[in-house]
Amino acid sequence: MLALRELRREPRRFVTAAIVLTLLVVLLLFLGGLLDGLYLGSTGALRAQRANVLVYSADANNSIIRSRIDSPTRARVQHVSGVTDVNGLGITLTGTTVPGQRTLADTAVIGYERAANGVPAPPAEGEAWADRRLETFGVRVGQTLGVGPQKVPVRIKGWVHDTNYLLQGALWVHPATWRTVQATSRPDAAVATATFEVLVVRGTPPAAQLARDIDTATHGTTKTLTKNEAVLSSPGTREQKSTFAGIIDVTFLVVGLVVALFFVLLTIERTALYGVLKAVGAKTSRLLAGLITQALVIGTVAFVVGELVTVGLAAILPAKIPLTLQSSRAVSTYVGVIIAAMLGGSISLRRIVRADPMTAIGASN
Amino acid sequence: MSALELANVRKVYRSGGEDVIALDHASLTIGDDEMVALVGPSGSGKTTLISIAGGLLTPTEGTVVVGSEDITGYDPKRLTRFRSQRVGFVFQTVNLVPFLTARENLLVMSELNGVGRAGRKRARARADQLLDELGLTHRARGVPAELSGGERQRVAIGRALMNEPKLVLFDEPTSALDTKLGEHVMELIQTEVKGRGIAAVIVTHDTRMTHYCDRVITILDGKLAA
Repeated sequence: MLALRELRREPRRFVTAAIVLTLLVVLLLFLGGLLDGLYLGSTGALRAQRANVLVYSADANNSIIRSRIDSPTRARVQHVSGVTDVNGLGITLTGTTVPGQRTLADTAVIGYERAANGVPAPPAEGEAWADRRLETFGVRVGQTLGVGPQKVPVRIKGWVHDTNYLLQGALWVHPATWRTVQATSRPDAAVATATFEVLVVRGTPPAAQLARDIDTATHGTTKTLTKNEAVLSSPGTREQKSTFAGIIDVTFLVVGLVVALFFVLLTIERTALYGVLKAVGAKTSRLLAGLITQALVIGTVAFVVGELVTVGLAAILPAKIPLTLQSSRAVSTYVGVIIAAMLGGSISLRRIVRADPMTAIGASN
Repeated sequence: MSALELANVRKVYRSGGEDVIALDHASLTIGDDEMVALVGPSGSGKTTLISIAGGLLTPTEGTVVVGSEDITGYDPKRLTRFRSQRVGFVFQTVNLVPFLTARENLLVMSELNGVGRAGRKRARARADQLLDELGLTHRARGVPAELSGGERQRVAIGRALMNEPKLVLFDEPTSALDTKLGEHVMELIQTEVKGRGIAAVIVTHDTRMTHYCDRVITILDGKLAA
């Protein structure tokens, strides 16, 4: 094919566009990786819940930390039609002393009653499942950590993965251990026995219906969110997503503009050649198809190189930077780059259509 | 049978709010193995005439028949197909595709217009045959920048002959060449046109080259004079 031969034989002509696109792909993948890292690192504890809905106290403003659900309220929730499973959940953010380490590890101590996705059933009091993120703070299985200012002893029983909350390494503990940590870390916000911050509820009705039924049954003392709403209600999550999504969208726009500008210049340079090819019978659609093919190839090469560069960068970055490279993000970035490249290349359609075959014989319409 | 018949062809352009008559009731018949020189000063209508004959322009009035095909009322799409199948063009500035070899320049139309596998095979055989006949077999893998001016012109002639046209239109084929090379190219054109029994219209302002042609037609202010 003519367009591919040009790419192969005159690669220097396309190098500048390919380099610029590669840098933009690195930027897109890096931004996407940070967004995913922040999102996953902030919401793992909630995403892990086997729940249709999460029940907060109405005055908590969707904040787990501020919410309190006492046992009478829990009993009312349990009696809602269609509810099949109700479990308590509480989270305390606190610093944790790791043996042999001078800096405190940032931890989210999570008290829970039933196994979650990827998290086994609650350990015995004084034990914890630790998220692998805490490895970067020097935490090891079998160690006993000092949790909170009173250094509540918690022994690490094993690892779990992708279960963190607000970028704090998760320690999944027995509810009694969590209450002790809460009472010693925040004496002003101690939680009574049988009280949790939120309830994790499963039921048979659709999640939105279940949420309405629960809030009706509790006479408005609760605010029930679907699991997805609860995940997005984690502090800063919605704002992070919209901010990064905005930057990523603008970057895709820049990709399209770069490709458009490059091919407009290339088309201007080729005007005479297009005139000749049209004069000898080339169809406009074929000429445009060649140009789009070139845009696709450049976009693909830029993506492959950009992906390799990003993977290399991720390997040398400190583990504490919340960069997570996901294949779904890579696929969506590739699709976005290709669409932007095709749209950018299509900007030259008008110039190709208007290329006058009469110019081939030194005249013009 | 005639290769080209123009009957009462007029071409009027609109320029600066006024009508400009580029071709004024031109009638012309060219035999199917005839080589005709079209001479005239700049602005006389030479380019307009071969553009209409080659389906690059449509006439304002009159009829245009190439071979047995009346192209007068063709829309741009049909004219594009007509140009790719029925006529050959050789342009003043050669205009080869710079990143393609001589052989690929001959095959460019079959590639661009997406012929099938059998068509590609036929086109490759035809290109090799033409390169051989034009004495370019040893230069088949050379890109235009590696070829001499004469070789480039021969490749352009080969490209014009690829679709086995009955009519080839040459636009000032020797204007960029010195006298010796110009004569060599005209000899080559004569050999190729006469050897294939096809017709050719050669636009030129170089009267030293017209003796290679069977007939010289003069055009002045859009009017033809034998």
